[in-house]
Formats: sequence, C-alpha cells, structure tokens
Amino acid sequence: MLAKRIIPCLDVLDGRVVKGVNFINLKEIGDPVEQGAWYSDQGADELVYLDITATHEKRKLLAGLVRRVAENINIPFTVGGGVNHIQDADALLSAGADKISVNSAALMNPALVDQIAKSFGSQFLVVAIDAKNVDGRWVVYRNGGRLATDRELFEWASEVWMRGAGEILFTSMDHDGVKNGYACRELAMISDTLPIPVIASGGAGAPEHFLEAFREGKADAALAASVFHYNEITIPELKKYLKDHDIPVRA
Amino acid sequence: MQENNIVIIKYNAGNIRSVDFALRRLGINAEITGDSDRIRAASKVIFPGVGEASGTMEYLRLRGLDVVIRRLTQPVLGICLGMQLMCNFSEEGDTECLGIFDTSVLKFITGKVPHMGWNALENTKGPLFRKLGRGSYVYYVHSYYIPENKYTTASSIYSDRFSGAMQHDNFFATQFHPEKSGSTGEQILKNFISL
Repeated sequence: MLAKRIIPCLDVLDGRVVKGVNFINLKEIGDPVEQGAWYSDQGADELVYLDITATHEKRKLLAGLVRRVAENINIPFTVGGGVNHIQDADALLSAGADKISVNSAALMNPALVDQIAKSFGSQFLVVAIDAKNVDGRWVVYRNGGRLATDRELFEWASEVWMRGAGEILFTSMDHDGVKNGYACRELAMISDTLPIPVIASGGAGAPEHFLEAFREGKADAALAASVFHYNEITIPELKKYLKDHDIPVRA
Repeated sequence: MQENNIVIIKYNAGNIRSVDFALRRLGINAEITGDSDRIRAASKVIFPGVGEASGTMEYLRLRGLDVVIRRLTQPVLGICLGMQLMCNFSEEGDTECLGIFDTSVLKFITGKVPHMGWNALENTKGPLFRKLGRGSYVYYVHSYYIPENKYTTASSIYSDRFSGAMQHDNFFATQFHPEKSGSTGEQILKNFISL
C-alpha cells in the first residue's frame, strides 16, 4: 500500500536553512545538506528545499547546493524558488533534483507548466500554490505571499493539473505559522477533484494535525518546517502516532 | 570476485546522475557511457531511466543500443523506464520495446497518477532482495506499470498488484528507484553489484 509521506521543508536563504513565521522574521538555523541528511536518517520520506528569496530578488538557485544534496542524500527531494525558464528546470534536473517546484513563474507564465511537463515529464513538476481566504474567496498569491493575483485556488489548481503538473503543494497562508492545523476542507476539495497527489502545507503544530490532513484533508503527503526544525515533533514519534491511527506510513 | 567494472548506460534520460551518486555513496565508481564497446565490456550494466518511452527507444535504436542491450550476457539492472523498455511493448506512445521480458507495459487508469511515493514490497524473491526485511518500502514514481507475470520477483499494490521487480536470466529490473529508496535501496544496489 502506498504510504502517506512526511516531508520536512527547508527554506533556504543565502545557502542556509531558515524558517519564517508567516513568511517574515527569518531566522538562520543550519546547513541544508546536514539538515537534509539528518531528516533522512530520522525517516523523512522526501525533502523540499525552497529558495524563498529567489523569485523576489531574481536570483537563481545554486545548482551547486542541489548537487551536494543529490550526492549526499538517498531519498527524493524537490527544489523550488527561481525556476522561471525551462533552462532553470533543466539545470536543476542535471544537478540531481528529483522534482522542481514552480510557483510565481507559473502564475506569470502558465505555459511554463506545459513546457516543463512536456520536456521532463509530469513526475518532475510540482506546482506550489500559496492562497489565502479573502472574504470567502481563496485568492492565490505570488512572490512568496507578497502579491495577490486574480486567480482563485481551485480554478488554478485545476488549470495547472490540465497543463501537466504532477503534484500540487498547497499552502494556506492563513494557516501557515499558526500551528492550528492544516486547511483540511480546501485540501480535500483539491484532492477529491484532481487525479494527482496533493501535499498539505501550512499549519502543522501537533501530530493530530497530520492525522487530520490525511483523514479529512485526504492529502497524499504533509509538509512542515518549524515543528521539525525546533524538534517540537520528531518524525519517528509522528510516524508511530500515525501508524497507531491506521495511516499507512513507511516504517 | 573479479573486479567490478560497472557501466551506467548514458542516454537521453534524467536521473542517471542520481544512480551514479548512489553508487558512489557505496564506494563504487561507475562509468557513464553510451559507447557500445564499453557497455559490452562491463561486468555489470545499469540501465536507468526517467523519461518517455517512444523518444527513448528511438534514441536507442538510432545508436544501435537496442541490439547491444538485448544481447548482453552479464548482469543488467533496468530501473523504472529502463525496466519498462525491457518489455515487448509499452502503451506509452504505443512503443515497441526491447522484448527481453515477454510482457506489456500499461497505463494506470485508476488511482492518482503518477503513482508517487513509498510503497511496500511483497513476495520478494531472488538475489536482489537478499538481507531485506519483510514489507520493506521503496520509492516509486511512474504512470505506466507492468502487471504481475512469470518474471515478477517483487510486487506492490496500487489499486491492483503490479510488478515491483522482474528477472529473466541475467536481466534484472525494478520499477522503483533503488537509488532513492534509502537504506533499502542501498541494500538492493549492493546485492546487484555483488552478483
């Protein structure tokens, strides 16, 4: 049986891992490769590295960092941030990334999703969507949550699926950093509507929240950062908790 | 044991580097090449792959690598697309493949596609799975699959049971990615290397 995935997210700024609360107040906490290896040993199923400043400052992710991760870590990892052109995707693939995540660039140029999926396969492409409930409408944001777009969450999720996205990473900006649980209702809507895997992101504060994301939110994977980085939840105890509640997880 | 000279077949596919990195973590230096003579001279051959079936087969045929691979007599390990291309036919692009395994590759029509993530291995048999515990998890990413058949040496369940691994004489293959499957994958690669 396919296991539900637990994914620590490492936000990278200037080559170091950081985690912002509600996308601000960045705090430096470590080396991306060391942290990735540590999480892999802990039983993480996958890793996500997001260069959170790449789009904002128009910087490219360092292929060197990706290569170091690929050399040292024996589980799959996704790299996001600053993928604006098909050449960026190609460079990350060549450096050893298993998947790339595209967010702002897809909003500004939706055809990029088609191009990447066609060139490298849907399995290589995660589309990350940051959204926030504004007067009952789930508005999609870009540039790390700085700019509102005219896109609506569910329409945009369907569109990127049709264009070839292999997976959707949905972050509720309302839930992110608050540690009160994931946006399960919205997750379930995406998961029920689209025939591709959905990664829950934003809001993990306790093991119950992961259970809810899988049960109510019907997520295929759950991503979290600070609860793991600050050891508030360890992956082995989280997996034991999920297993005890009949969620299939990799031992 | 005679000195291992491992070749990874180079072609127009992704993740070749990942296989190389995984071997290096095990202390093994492989040669990545598309040269027919080097491939034939290897003690073991790895045929990895992430990509699309018809374009890849065309690439192999143009370079005569289809014939080279089919005639190899040393241990060969096909990974993911590599395993699929070792079959007769793939529904991906209606592609005639290498015909090493007399069976076909089908598209998943139920469940979310791609089948992506860690799935448990069942009914493992043969040398690739030595020293593995029961129900070991491995990492899969694929949209096409091979139903269970007479060559199947491990299965996983996604909607239905499918071939997680196959073997026919010197040809071994895994649908999952051992190079991304943590310590389980490392053991499988070690098992292949020490054949």
